[in-house]
Amino acid sequence: MTDTTDTVTAPGSLVGPGARRFRSPLRNAPKSVRTGVRYAAVVPFLAYIAIFLLVPLVWIVKDSFLNPTTNTFTWSNIDIAVHGSYLHGFEQSLLLSLIASVIPGIFGLLVSYAIFTAGGRGAAWLRQVVLTASGVFANFGGVPLAFLFIASFGSSALVTGWLSAIGLNIYNLGFSLYTLSGVALVYMYFQIPLMVLMILPALEGLRPAWREAAQNLGASAWSYWRHVGGPVLLPSFLSCLMLLFGSALAAYATAEALTTGTIPLTSIQIGTFLNGNVIAGQQNVGDALALGMVVIIAVLMIAYVLFQRRSAKWLR
Amino acid sequence: MAAIATKPVTAPAARPRRRGSFPVWRWVIMLIAAVYFLLPLYAALRFAGLHAFGSVFTQAGFGSSLWLSVKLAAVTWAITMLLMVPTTVYVHLRLPGLRRLLETITILPIVIPPVVLIVGVLQVMPLALRSSVWLLAIEYVVLTMPFAYRALDAGLRSIDVKTLTEASGSLGAGWFTTLWRVLLPNMRTALLSSTILIVALVLGEFTMASLDLQQTFPVWIVLFDQENAQISVSASIFALVVTWLFLMLITVVATRQSRRSGGGEVTLFSAAPRETIGN
Repeated sequence: MTDTTDTVTAPGSLVGPGARRFRSPLRNAPKSVRTGVRYAAVVPFLAYIAIFLLVPLVWIVKDSFLNPTTNTFTWSNIDIAVHGSYLHGFEQSLLLSLIASVIPGIFGLLVSYAIFTAGGRGAAWLRQVVLTASGVFANFGGVPLAFLFIASFGSSALVTGWLSAIGLNIYNLGFSLYTLSGVALVYMYFQIPLMVLMILPALEGLRPAWREAAQNLGASAWSYWRHVGGPVLLPSFLSCLMLLFGSALAAYATAEALTTGTIPLTSIQIGTFLNGNVIAGQQNVGDALALGMVVIIAVLMIAYVLFQRRSAKWLR
Repeated sequence: MAAIATKPVTAPAARPRRRGSFPVWRWVIMLIAAVYFLLPLYAALRFAGLHAFGSVFTQAGFGSSLWLSVKLAAVTWAITMLLMVPTTVYVHLRLPGLRRLLETITILPIVIPPVVLIVGVLQVMPLALRSSVWLLAIEYVVLTMPFAYRALDAGLRSIDVKTLTEASGSLGAGWFTTLWRVLLPNMRTALLSSTILIVALVLGEFTMASLDLQQTFPVWIVLFDQENAQISVSASIFALVVTWLFLMLITVVATRQSRRSGGGEVTLFSAAPRETIGN
């Protein structure tokens, strides 16, 4: 809708020949100095991230290899963290994250596509409602969220009652709000909005011209998606899935509130260590569990970056 | 410029699919979403009831915990703005090659578990900082980054930063003047919506605050919850709905203003769809 000359901001648009740049006091300095100064402006931001995000993570890696009493190198923390109940915790966490990322991923994509392609009078309004709601709901969690679902899907709650009134007792079908299936259902409450927010820029990158070109060449809707839209969108979709997976893995407050810590998830087990419920000599096992999380996240982020790079070929 | 743009602005132009192509499909999706998101809200409100809502304000600890959270939100907001606005604007203008890197870095807090981060932070930070409540604000800056950055980035993409800065530069303005008097006023919507997202996140963050043993508002709600669940839940739902309404108000007002001056729709995280790209 920006067909006025002053708001067109096509990426990579070149500056007109007459445009003036800022007169930098360093314009006569050697090129290397100027390059250094150019990058210096992002140093505060990078330093902040390094100090308050990366250094704590590195510290965890270090501590997970230390014996808490003698401060010497040991494998025992890692050894404990990958066996028994902690191994089970990782398995459950990964399974939960898989369920709570693939389903919201697909559904979020559909919602996003639905609001993006909606036309007509209410379309702008619909987009506003969905996007602002997504911004708010993506940050919703913890006790309030748990309560929402206890009030609706608890064993004798509103929706459960309705469903059993029509002969569908979900608790007899193996569903329980306080197990993995229930937690996954609750997680979708913030995962779907997150997906909507993250995938929308990719949808905006699908150019109408491609669709028109495909239609002019006689393509059906299916073959457009099979050969053009799908392949272009797939890397973005997968990169968003990586983030959703990580977000589900990272969630703590909601599962804690819902199950009061009885569900074996790694994030909850780490929380137990922080709350001080620790066997003597195992103080650093919490760090080893956190290290396990960091390793999984590192793999996710590498996949994310690779998918992003792939999607950058076509989008934006 | 507004005169040229009057006609096409109202038409939602060439989207990939026009109205009527998939009406049933779209309705089904939106209906499922509406049921999934609104039904639990309705059930919770019905269960908790709004009648006891007023008494939440008089409970012990309500005022002090809310005040602490508000202070944290203010400090988080100030640091985020000081850090992110100049960086985002600068990268847009001078180092567009770094945009992808910035996007990747700012997405990190979504996948890094707050529970892991706080483990490390409580071990690595100097004691003075660890024992201070402001440690939370400092870490909240990290947590809000994915949302704050995306809102700011969308704001920058929807205006022509390059032309604006060049125009202001050719009129003799320096960096600071350009930022303060040209760019920031044009990014009002983005600034406002990122502010609300920051406040919403800080007022709702439980994990870090509880593990850092600070009694912020969400932590207090949980403690209080054990005594009277209904009141605290209706309070948090109330907070959720109020935040949502605020964000709606901002985008609606901003869109109205933008339309008046010939621009497009203003949304929270994405620049207005630009059909001209690539055509």
